[in-house]
Amino acid sequence: MSSRASWRETFAEEAIAPLVALGIALVVGDLLILAYGQAPGDVWRTLVEGTWGNAYGFGQVLYKATTLTCTGLAVALSLRAGLFNIGAEGQLAMGGLAAALVGLALPASTPLAIAAALATFAALVGGGAVGAVPGWLKSRFGAHEVIVTIMLNFIVLALLNWFVSARLHVPETLHTPSIRAGALPRIAEWFSAFHGSAANASLFLVAVAVAVVSWALFRTRAGYELRAVGLQPDAAEYAGVKVGRVWTRAMIVGGALAGLGGINFVLGYKGYYEDGFSGGAGFLGIAVALVGRNHPVGVVLAALFFATLSQGGLAINATVPKQMVEVLQGVVILAVAASVPEVRRILRQSVRGR
Amino acid sequence: MSTMPAVRITAVEKRFGAVRANQGAALEVMPGEIHALVGENGAGKSTLMKILSGMLRPDAGTIEVGGRDVTGWSTAQAIAAGVGMVHQHFMLVPTLTVAENVVLGREPVSVGTFDGARARLEVEELSAQSGLVVPADRLVADLSVGEAQRVEILKTLYRGARILLLDEPTAVLSPPEVAELWKVLRRLRDGGATIILITHKLDEVMAVTDRITVMRQGATVERMATRSTTPEGIAKAMVGRDIALGGGPRTETRAVGAPALIVRDLAVAGARVARAVDGISFELRAGEILGIAGVEGNGQTELLDAIAGLRRTSSGSIRIGDRDLLALDVRGRGLAGLSHIPEDRHKRGLILDYSIADNLILGQQHAFTRNGVLDRAAIDAHAADRIAAFDIRPTDATLPARALSGGNQQKIVIAREMARDFSVLLAAQPTRGVDVGAIEFIHAQLRAARDAGKAVLLVSAELREVLELSDRVAVMYGGRIVTIRERHACSEEILGPFMTGAAREAA
Repeated sequence: MSSRASWRETFAEEAIAPLVALGIALVVGDLLILAYGQAPGDVWRTLVEGTWGNAYGFGQVLYKATTLTCTGLAVALSLRAGLFNIGAEGQLAMGGLAAALVGLALPASTPLAIAAALATFAALVGGGAVGAVPGWLKSRFGAHEVIVTIMLNFIVLALLNWFVSARLHVPETLHTPSIRAGALPRIAEWFSAFHGSAANASLFLVAVAVAVVSWALFRTRAGYELRAVGLQPDAAEYAGVKVGRVWTRAMIVGGALAGLGGINFVLGYKGYYEDGFSGGAGFLGIAVALVGRNHPVGVVLAALFFATLSQGGLAINATVPKQMVEVLQGVVILAVAASVPEVRRILRQSVRGR
Repeated sequence: MSTMPAVRITAVEKRFGAVRANQGAALEVMPGEIHALVGENGAGKSTLMKILSGMLRPDAGTIEVGGRDVTGWSTAQAIAAGVGMVHQHFMLVPTLTVAENVVLGREPVSVGTFDGARARLEVEELSAQSGLVVPADRLVADLSVGEAQRVEILKTLYRGARILLLDEPTAVLSPPEVAELWKVLRRLRDGGATIILITHKLDEVMAVTDRITVMRQGATVERMATRSTTPEGIAKAMVGRDIALGGGPRTETRAVGAPALIVRDLAVAGARVARAVDGISFELRAGEILGIAGVEGNGQTELLDAIAGLRRTSSGSIRIGDRDLLALDVRGRGLAGLSHIPEDRHKRGLILDYSIADNLILGQQHAFTRNGVLDRAAIDAHAADRIAAFDIRPTDATLPARALSGGNQQKIVIAREMARDFSVLLAAQPTRGVDVGAIEFIHAQLRAARDAGKAVLLVSAELREVLELSDRVAVMYGGRIVTIRERHACSEEILGPFMTGAAREAA
């Protein structure tokens, strides 16, 4: 995939399926709104005004998109290596706890840059450690990563729940005490219009991560080899690539990216780790990666889209039940899933019975 | 026999984006004949057959079957009208039996459930009628390729096909299996079936067909009766210039150098057998081509994989000069002087979704990286150089390898492997699924490597290719080398018994 002359064509090609899916979702949405006796135009307008139409709503979209970008990247990177990472939920939670532990352990006088860097690093390590398990099991024993990551989610989330409630919680709550160091500033500190929204500086860190992943995937040998493994493991092996090692690494880096998402809530928003903060963002990351066609830029766009839907659901709740947006999410996911090459390839292979 | 053609295609056009796959393509096939559709890779044969079988819709032109205009019909309509395609890559379910595969999609049913006994009966009946002998109860996974192909043909017949399209049917068959296939095709023809055979192999065209249509660059350029032409005549029509079949004159006197690749008592486990390679020893010398002949599946794949580092060995040793290859990984072996044209370019040799440029560095990606970052300028320069030197078409290095014809895909692999700094070249099925013009070119490349003092280990299922290129010939049977001899002491007649296991000698 040489990315020069034809990036415009590539983009058009890649964007068709998500755009068609969006169109289908709009039609379904129209029907649902009509079924509620409301005017579709009004409801859509409310949704847009409540999200991109004002700074607070937009800030909330950015906040939600930040976490989704991380989990989306985690899934996308693994898929590029041919692995289906369903474990972003657990990786995200572990990243969040690791960041909180560092924030709690450091003295309050630690300079922000150092504290934030250490806590962010801890988030990467925490998520990476959770990702390493299925990666290693896959390359060492051939254990299927889908099964392992799904099961590991339960284990990790249960362990974290136990750890927080048994060791570290503030009485009457399910969250840790507030971190002493490493809290990231909110966007509102620079732009007062964003007042009240949770958007914070971690979105810049995540933007850097997007750029780095993009560069690594398409400009480095490691990326060349990782994509080769995902497309044709036999050919990659022929080319001297250690396929198992690439699998392990992809899962570690994927887990680390999901873990990075933890800082958005822990360092940027609440300032503590709370049980269940991941709230499905890890699973939604799968949809983000599929809609984003496993491309870092696509992941960002898809994350913004899903964040808009989620925030927009709150805005239209007065006229239409906010569950409508969940239906729309489902429609988009189904429509895209039916058209993405990965899914089609899996279907084709099961037809061929290879 | 009626005078109405079974198939008449006129002035068909088909474009894929900027690529014109068919323009002025025409075909006329009479009922009850075996008709060859020949042409170089990318000549548009497969596109035309896909249009005939309803998989593609033409942009212009007409398709008539049995005098009826069927232009732009669907595959379902084509099957209903008795037009059946036998695919080059088998589409069978390995976990079902032969009978179950044949009836799949049209299963006989009694009281709402699958009637296995009747399926079996019907398949056996059809098998007896057509002369296609298949074990109805065996799992497809356990069949040889020849048997699997017979199942494919039976499947098509079971759906009532009277016009059979066969796409490169002999690509995977051993010589006895090919002979068997010809018998079946003649018998089907004599029973009134019409057969269209897509092939590159001119000896096949001469052996079995009645008439020939030649395509070049998307257009039909010539039609002839097989009886009144020669292989040279067909080749000329295909390529548009004279072609020296059988290669140039052999240079008999050459200095053969020191042993370059030394294999001793090598044993390798296969997927299903414990010893797919069962104690093989040989020396490959610099400046020679050692050809390994044999029916596929006798350990050749495992042998080459073991040498290349893609498969674990059980015992024995492999050395290049005095370097022990077993201590090295795939990349290390490449650096030690090994170059490898793998037998399956779709599986190993290419990343089909990567660009031509990116495929041209596959396996050499370390040489095109600085501090872990791909050196795009160097990769592009390398691509431009290779594309020009090996006449890879189209020349746009950003196109995915998938978009190229088989011959040009193979040229990518060969251009890449020849660019290495190597002393030993493994060439497995180097011309499989490749047209006459490209075969000539690839053979010249292998000879040039030999003449430059490289050691070439050639594995080919085509005995003729082995005989044409090799300085020495070994035959593999049952995981062993059953004979190894100088080229001048070989002929198809001498080697035949070794290939079937009827003869062996200590090697």
